[in-house]
Amino acid sequence: MANLQVKYLGTEFENPTVLASGVLGVTAATWKSVVNSGAGGITTKSIWLNEHQGHPNPTIITTENWMMNAVGLPDAGLEKAKEEIALYSENKPAPLIASIVAGKKDEFAVIAEEVDKLDVDILEVNISCPNVEDELGLPFACVALDAKSVTEDVKKVAKNKPVIIKLSPNVTNVVEIANACAEGGADGFCLINTLGPGLAINLETRMPILANKVGGISGPAIKPLAVKIVSDVYQATKLPIIGTGGITTGADALEIMMAGATLVGIGTAVFYRGADVFRKVSKEMSDWCDKEGVKSVEELIGTAKV
Amino acid sequence: MNKEQLPIVVPIAKIEDENEIVKNFYFDISIGAKPGQFVMLWMPGVDEKPISVALDDGKQLVLTICSRGKATQEMAKMKVGDKLGIRGPFGTHFLTNEGETLALVGGGYGAAPLYFVAYEAAKQGCKIEFIEGARSEKHLVYMEKLKALENTNIHISTDDGSVGHKGYNTEVLKKVLEDTKVDKIMTCGPEIMMQKVGEIGEEAGVNTFVSIERYMKCGFGVCGQCVVDPLGIRTCVSGPVMNYKVAKMFDDFGQYHRDSVGKKEYFNPK
Repeated sequence: MANLQVKYLGTEFENPTVLASGVLGVTAATWKSVVNSGAGGITTKSIWLNEHQGHPNPTIITTENWMMNAVGLPDAGLEKAKEEIALYSENKPAPLIASIVAGKKDEFAVIAEEVDKLDVDILEVNISCPNVEDELGLPFACVALDAKSVTEDVKKVAKNKPVIIKLSPNVTNVVEIANACAEGGADGFCLINTLGPGLAINLETRMPILANKVGGISGPAIKPLAVKIVSDVYQATKLPIIGTGGITTGADALEIMMAGATLVGIGTAVFYRGADVFRKVSKEMSDWCDKEGVKSVEELIGTAKV
Repeated sequence: MNKEQLPIVVPIAKIEDENEIVKNFYFDISIGAKPGQFVMLWMPGVDEKPISVALDDGKQLVLTICSRGKATQEMAKMKVGDKLGIRGPFGTHFLTNEGETLALVGGGYGAAPLYFVAYEAAKQGCKIEFIEGARSEKHLVYMEKLKALENTNIHISTDDGSVGHKGYNTEVLKKVLEDTKVDKIMTCGPEIMMQKVGEIGEEAGVNTFVSIERYMKCGFGVCGQCVVDPLGIRTCVSGPVMNYKVAKMFDDFGQYHRDSVGKKEYFNPK
């Protein structure tokens, strides 16, 4: 059987699949159950310094091809995160990536400094959620200077943990933003956050279905965009990447790894294939590698002839 | 599960008062719901809430709603013809077999989904001991509809003794279990009550099924809001109906649930 282990920024992962931020990640008990379902690692829901209310319902709708959400980053804040991370650390079953978020640029350093002290392996800085614009304005990942300065601020205080930046596909040139983050000291990237925002209207009521009206688009429809952006950023920066966006099958995971991803984030596919999608995707990757005579999945990273 | 999770929008066909704060909303659709399952009910411009199904007879869907929060108070103002969105059905259901004797223990408007159980079970030739507890006579629900069912004995308890046994429905359950050989107990209502029902069932050696309510956003196992400790399972997928033997393994059961940001809220604040 092919070796699925990968090393990402100094941390060993049993397989490349990680739970993407925003899906299922509310409690330590859930993180553990997702690892039991085969995930190689976990990304928390985005952690705020203080309690942050999400949007009212409806917050998530789906079709066969896409999901659209405006959950709005609800979180109980740092104190609860500390409790959950401590709980997860008892018999820690797999690496933990802490997603952090803030409303103002200068607040990222505050939450980063705190989370850097906890038993997490990597800090993922979420500067790209597209469904909180009404509240927070244009995401920082949309302006190169902002993205760079947030990266610098976080890098200054995160003394213990590697820092990766989660970028938005909703810009003219992602590579320009990625280069700016790299100049700011980013250790890697998570690519991509949800697309859009988009809008879905119910015919009978002529009203947007989501209470927030607009939401971020994920799911199978956005995969080709994710693969392209991972490929572009990998070629430009050579920094290690968590590739995510519509990854649903082992073939999808292998494709985004060939484009340049080391780890593969899976979120929306929990809906399409169940909570054990991680085990299914790993098995499919392993089967393909065996068939093709690939001994270690790590060999495939960035090998696409783009 | 259906991969398209968009609300089906239908007008309210009929509204019926169950008591001062509880109404039945009828819709001229069937979604194939089974007793104990729930729908996500979209009130456009207001909210979307998980609501348990009070009846789906293949022609009509009935939702029984108690106005207690902001959204359900808005719901109480709705009129026949107003359009609402429905997603579902979601979750597990109460399972009954032909000829069983069932004790159904409802607390408050928790009696509504149990009416659906009784409605289906009566058709299967089950014998039903329906035990309903409420604050007082005027808070009872589904009395007329239950009386119309075959093989159904109704037992009532009220806090103030205005009708039936003065005290808890769990006390009535104990008496019923002494007098009748019961195959299964099914309960829906306040969690502390269901915990007591589970304990009584366990003592009597009767399999007991509870209906767990948690804060829900999606209803289809993605948002992670409805998980329970320490297993991390999702009540929207593995619940709401669960065997008491499973529910009692939860740290949460009868103790706390999590709010919209994932913080613990205790049923009896310490």
